[in-house]
Amino acid sequence: MIPVQYYLVLGALLFAISVIGIFMNRKNLIVLLMAIELMLLAVNMNFIAFSHALGDLSGQVFVFFILTVAAAESAIGLAILVALFRNLRSIHVDDLGRLKG
Amino acid sequence: MNLPVILFWFYAIVLLGAALAVVLVRNPVHAALFLVLSFFSAAALWLLLYAEFLALTLVLVYVGAVMVLFLFVVMMLDINIDRLRQGFWRNLPLGLFVGVVMAAEMITLLARGVVGGAGPAPAPGPDYSNTRALGEVIYTEYVFPFEVAAVILLVAIIAAIALTLRHRKETKYQDPAAQLSVHPRDRLKIVKLAAETTLTREEPREKGAE
Repeated sequence: MIPVQYYLVLGALLFAISVIGIFMNRKNLIVLLMAIELMLLAVNMNFIAFSHALGDLSGQVFVFFILTVAAAESAIGLAILVALFRNLRSIHVDDLGRLKG
Repeated sequence: MNLPVILFWFYAIVLLGAALAVVLVRNPVHAALFLVLSFFSAAALWLLLYAEFLALTLVLVYVGAVMVLFLFVVMMLDINIDRLRQGFWRNLPLGLFVGVVMAAEMITLLARGVVGGAGPAPAPGPDYSNTRALGEVIYTEYVFPFEVAAVILLVAIIAAIALTLRHRKETKYQDPAAQLSVHPRDRLKIVKLAAETTLTREEPREKGAE
């Protein structure tokens, strides 16, 4: 069988790839949301690998909840994106300085 | 090298390649499609771990709903890709440095074999149902978090609709509160008229109609 470390290393690499993606796509909100989804996928991979290795179903239950929250998060994020585009005609990060923070 | 190991390597390589393509590719539509591919590969990897229910949920919920939503939004928005890609490669050294250091830290910590010392768990029997086992845990031990998750989904529905709802000025609609708060004296006017004194006599029209 496949050792659990393989899955953990895979999750770590996936997480690092999405971190690099967040660094490189700083101006593109859509790809930022996609990189966040990839991060959640990497975390879920670790949860399921541990759940399998330890023989405990609680990890899979937690992945279930993470999927729920991630779906809600992406739905709200895309709704914000659509509302933003309607008002500004742009989703460029540099155009979002209205609060002057 | 048996079949699960070969499958693991295949899906892992596809997953990592698709993830790299998601963050590097130029067109956001292509990025969304590569994200679909990476979700599929991850679902296959979860199947290798006997997590059938979550693998199917990943395909149904993520590929079926969330990624379609992503594609819909990406195609609806008219975005200027050239402007969004400004400074794309300039951030590469910093991002690569942070990513490589992070991956190296996690791998040195995780790849040591500190976990799962008892070896991988044995494969479940043929009558084992992952969905049934997960359901038994969710509806007994985790029933309160399950209800909270349902509330979170409700909040997401209301928030997404409220954020994107647009009030048009020219739309005609009814306001039930305004309709119910109407009083007859605002609408109805009773006028007293003097009775007519001269009656005009009309011919009965039934004969003509016959």
